[in-house]
Amino acid sequence: MDGDIELRVDGRRRRLRVDTRTTLLDALRDGVGATAPKKGCDHGQCGACTVLLDGRRVITCLALAVAHDGAEVVTAAGLARGDRLHPVQEAFLERDALQCGFCTPGQVCSAVGVLDEVAAGHPSAVTADLTGPVELTDDEIRERMSGNLCRCGAYVTIVDAVRDGAR
Amino acid sequence: MTDLRRPRVLGQSPRRVDGPAKVTGTARYAGDQRVVDPAYVHLVQAAVARGVLTGVDVSAARLVDGVLAVLTPDNAPRLASTEDAELAAFQSHDIAFRGQVVAAVVARTREIARQAAALVHVEIDHESHDVHLSADRDDLYAPEQVNTGAATDTERGDVATGLAHSPFTLDQTYTTAWYNNNPMEPHTTTALWLDGDLALFDSTQGVHTTREATAKVLGLEPRHVHVIAPHVGGGFGSKGTAHVHVVIAAMAAQAVPGTPVKLALTRQQMFALVGYRTPTVQRVRLGCDADGRLAAIAVDAVGQTSRIKEFAEQTAVPSRMMYAAPNRRTTHRLAALDVPVPAWMRAPGECPGMFGPEVAVDELASACGVDPVEFRVRNEPAVEPESGKPFSSRNLVACLREGARRFGWEHRDPAPRAREEDGWLVGTGVAASTYPVTRTPGSSATIRCTGPGRYRVRIGAADLGTGTWTSLAQVAADALGVDFGDVELLIGDTSLPRASVAGGSSGITSWGSTVVAAAEAFREEFGADPAEGDEAGAEMPEGSDEYAMHAFGAQFAEVRVRVDTGEVRVSRLLGVFAVGRVVNPRLARSQLVGGMTMGLSMALHEHSVVDERFGHVVNHDFAEYHIATNSDVPRVEAHWVEEHDPHTNPMGTKGIGEIGIVGTAAAIVNAAHHATGVRVRDLPLTLDHFLDRP
Amino acid sequence: MPFDYRRAPDPESAVAAATGWAGVAFLAGGTNLVDHLKLGLTSPEVLVDITGLPLDEVEELPDGGLRIGATVRNADLAAHPVVRRDYPVLARALLSGASGQIRNLATTGGNLLQRTRCVYFQDLTTPCNKREPGTGCSAIGGYTRHHAILGASAHCVATHPSDMAVAMAALDAQVAVLGTGGRRVVPLVELHRLPGDEPHRDTVLAPSDLITSVDLPPLPPGTRSLYRKVRDRASFAFALVSVAAVLRVEDGVVEDVRIALGGVAHKPWRARRAEDVLRREPADEEAFRRAIDAELAGAAPLEGNGFKVPLTRNAVVSALRELSREQR
Repeated sequence: MDGDIELRVDGRRRRLRVDTRTTLLDALRDGVGATAPKKGCDHGQCGACTVLLDGRRVITCLALAVAHDGAEVVTAAGLARGDRLHPVQEAFLERDALQCGFCTPGQVCSAVGVLDEVAAGHPSAVTADLTGPVELTDDEIRERMSGNLCRCGAYVTIVDAVRDGAR
Repeated sequence: MTDLRRPRVLGQSPRRVDGPAKVTGTARYAGDQRVVDPAYVHLVQAAVARGVLTGVDVSAARLVDGVLAVLTPDNAPRLASTEDAELAAFQSHDIAFRGQVVAAVVARTREIARQAAALVHVEIDHESHDVHLSADRDDLYAPEQVNTGAATDTERGDVATGLAHSPFTLDQTYTTAWYNNNPMEPHTTTALWLDGDLALFDSTQGVHTTREATAKVLGLEPRHVHVIAPHVGGGFGSKGTAHVHVVIAAMAAQAVPGTPVKLALTRQQMFALVGYRTPTVQRVRLGCDADGRLAAIAVDAVGQTSRIKEFAEQTAVPSRMMYAAPNRRTTHRLAALDVPVPAWMRAPGECPGMFGPEVAVDELASACGVDPVEFRVRNEPAVEPESGKPFSSRNLVACLREGARRFGWEHRDPAPRAREEDGWLVGTGVAASTYPVTRTPGSSATIRCTGPGRYRVRIGAADLGTGTWTSLAQVAADALGVDFGDVELLIGDTSLPRASVAGGSSGITSWGSTVVAAAEAFREEFGADPAEGDEAGAEMPEGSDEYAMHAFGAQFAEVRVRVDTGEVRVSRLLGVFAVGRVVNPRLARSQLVGGMTMGLSMALHEHSVVDERFGHVVNHDFAEYHIATNSDVPRVEAHWVEEHDPHTNPMGTKGIGEIGIVGTAAAIVNAAHHATGVRVRDLPLTLDHFLDRP
Repeated sequence: MPFDYRRAPDPESAVAAATGWAGVAFLAGGTNLVDHLKLGLTSPEVLVDITGLPLDEVEELPDGGLRIGATVRNADLAAHPVVRRDYPVLARALLSGASGQIRNLATTGGNLLQRTRCVYFQDLTTPCNKREPGTGCSAIGGYTRHHAILGASAHCVATHPSDMAVAMAALDAQVAVLGTGGRRVVPLVELHRLPGDEPHRDTVLAPSDLITSVDLPPLPPGTRSLYRKVRDRASFAFALVSVAAVLRVEDGVVEDVRIALGGVAHKPWRARRAEDVLRREPADEEAFRRAIDAELAGAAPLEGNGFKVPLTRNAVVSALRELSREQR
């Protein structure tokens, strides 16, 4: 069974016919041709498929495309303005916060979402005072970025890059 | 040309050439390649570990609208070679391990392929299976040789006598778990047949080796197989050899002529189909005098292999060269089980093989009251102990000393369970690292002048995140005496000159030497002022085996164990390495830290749990097979000592991709013992080791 | 298998749309349902999307309590100022669950109804009474690290994986349900079942029952609460054992205590025996130990998960110790 949906992906409007079973990830990759969201596990366990969906970071492998008609999706590709990288992307390069690069677009989208969440004052599991303001400490970055696995082991520089990207 | 002993570009830290494409997600991996109207493949696996396939009923699957083909042993074409049993897809009705592929559905969409795969009805006569690894089995056998071609057993002097005369002895058994490589990119192949030629976009560590393996199985001339892999989403050995899905992708594409097919393994399938690190059982016996000088070293290693294809992890090999002792012995024994085929995983041999012995050294040092850093220094050999060859360079002692200084080791109270902070017991530990310098033959490269002072370097090398796009271009720049920006490097495609597989940390040694030779040939032929279009090439020059060549390192860990719950955290890891010349410090640090991080993950988390009743890994996903998250890795530092080794290769490098994971787990286990007084000899180091039982 | 997809404009039509099908599921965040669709654990004929329902608000109740809409995202609930101020146990439980990206999708109702992560339940190739009644329980005699030590049966030893539900169990939450027979309220501690001989039934709900909201009663002034989760990784992992504790101490005496445990049973486990032992007792280490020992007297660990007994004991004692320290 199919459904028709419209997505705005990285600023471009896309109309798609999708199987009701198609995930947002597969719709983005196979239907739209977006290569930034990656399929690392397909079960919500690695974060490689992270995008910004209507402004918030989400995994896309467990979202059904048909349920997101009209959504605005920003992938890592859409964070850059032409050759001008997003400050988080620039920081990832400078800190060498990547190796194989497969988890990287998801890490970058997640980092952008993290910075927004921190700016909004949302606490995390390691925030000492739930009612106070949130500081972007390294512990906070680590906890908030823990939904993005990196097998190459770039975590230490990812933390550096997120910190730098916030400036 | 730049004198490589006084390089200009080597040692600089340009950013990753492929970085901008990777941070924007526009770098194309095997599953990202644009093909027109592809079909999708979903695999069906055997749900028993041993038996005979008596029937595969595909009728229900074939009825699903959109199914294009279903491959099974009953209908699949015969392959030209079944010599490599792992690659012999659908050639036999025998089931050799649970998870073996018994059918493949090719369909218009991913959803239809998955749906139809679930409808394939498989009947298997189940025979009793055996997946139990133990050092007590009576059917253990000695392989003819172990991985890398090393001897199975070695013996020097008389271990029994050495132990008998030692005032301090140790006899303990250590185990490492079954580990799955789990690169973030699942193994993916996009295959297309065109006029008798096969094109494969594949996630592989070696385009040429994948071409050769595939061509042989399919009975094609290698030139009819084109393999393309510009970017690879990690491999850690699991993409170092072709696995069965590559063959199946090719067969599937053949079944739907003119249609490209995409086959991406699921994360779960990867636990059975792309190799893994065998679990090991390591009996270690050591004897030393009161000063901590070793008189005997014996390591007896047991691992597993599959019934259909042998892989012999060289677990005891590092103990052959690590420390001096007049009496020494190493053995390897294997159990051939009804299990998936084990293979390479980051630092095969050294990684598991430096766990037991490096914990044993800590135990023995403690027994004889010698500081574990000092203990290792005292057992430094003058020449490679078993071969008698001189070392091309050996700076383990410098690594230990420099690491101890940076880590603040001198302030350490050696008594276990002496430090408690806020409900956490805190301890520190050390272990040594080593990895051999490997030259893999069979690479060639060409260099072409593309304009004034500009060059294109072509070699079918691979970048799995290792930094080849960047570091090999740096080698080329110095070899040609030009700036980094004047070199255009092309890799990852069989249309380029043949390159060896990215494995054994041999990339820069092998490809770099080849590129340097090509640059020399180019200059010899065309001089310093070539014309556009001038081109020359060379093959990798032979190396000498006069010297024992190894990289070394020392890793220091600080571990915290929560008193009430036993939760374990590694609060600090510090490694100092002697790895020859460092081509690109920015990228090299990532490699070393990445290896240490994977070592931390191995120490604390990783364990493929085999349910022996069923015969498969039951925690076969990222929710249950834990790898370290960002929160598990607070502080990891990698440093290196200056090391000039004129013997390894023209660049003086030693390879850095694997040494970072060697010794890490031992350092962490040693630190946990220092924190708690509890000696753990079986990985992983989970909290239950530290809880008082009721 | 393919399925039909429908959007419901209001709760009543959602229930109506879900009635009469052999296989139906409500779709909210999808983080558990879509996982199960891919694994082949469920193959509904129709999915009823409830994300458009007006159930996405957190509302303060006149009695000082809180009403949480069923489709409020876990991340929004954790960030809600009243939850952070008055129900830290719930905020902490939510924040220790899954990952930021998943919490941005997952909903209150979906979190409650998520199913066990037992590896055998999730693997179609191994027998499982929860998935296929009568086939047997593979976990018994198998990999039991994440399995129950309390309230299990010979038919099933699975655990409920939620953190949020454990906190809500300690908070005496009430679940509002809309079904074909109208509205009803189910105490959260009675929403989930013990496996008994019907392990395929996780909860007391019928397939067309829709959770519309969860009410939290107010906590008396001076009450402290916390959530302590012990897991194999520092983050992004299910609990081996978790403790939601609510404590009010006056003059050194326990006036009110509520303890719920996660990771140890087929449901969020309310430790009533421990609570009974502690109430009106001095808030000290000895009483905490006595209380949890009384609860764990009924523990029946499996081969391979015996460590969870001392782990639970120690985690509960240290949680209570921490809460009582705050009130000194």
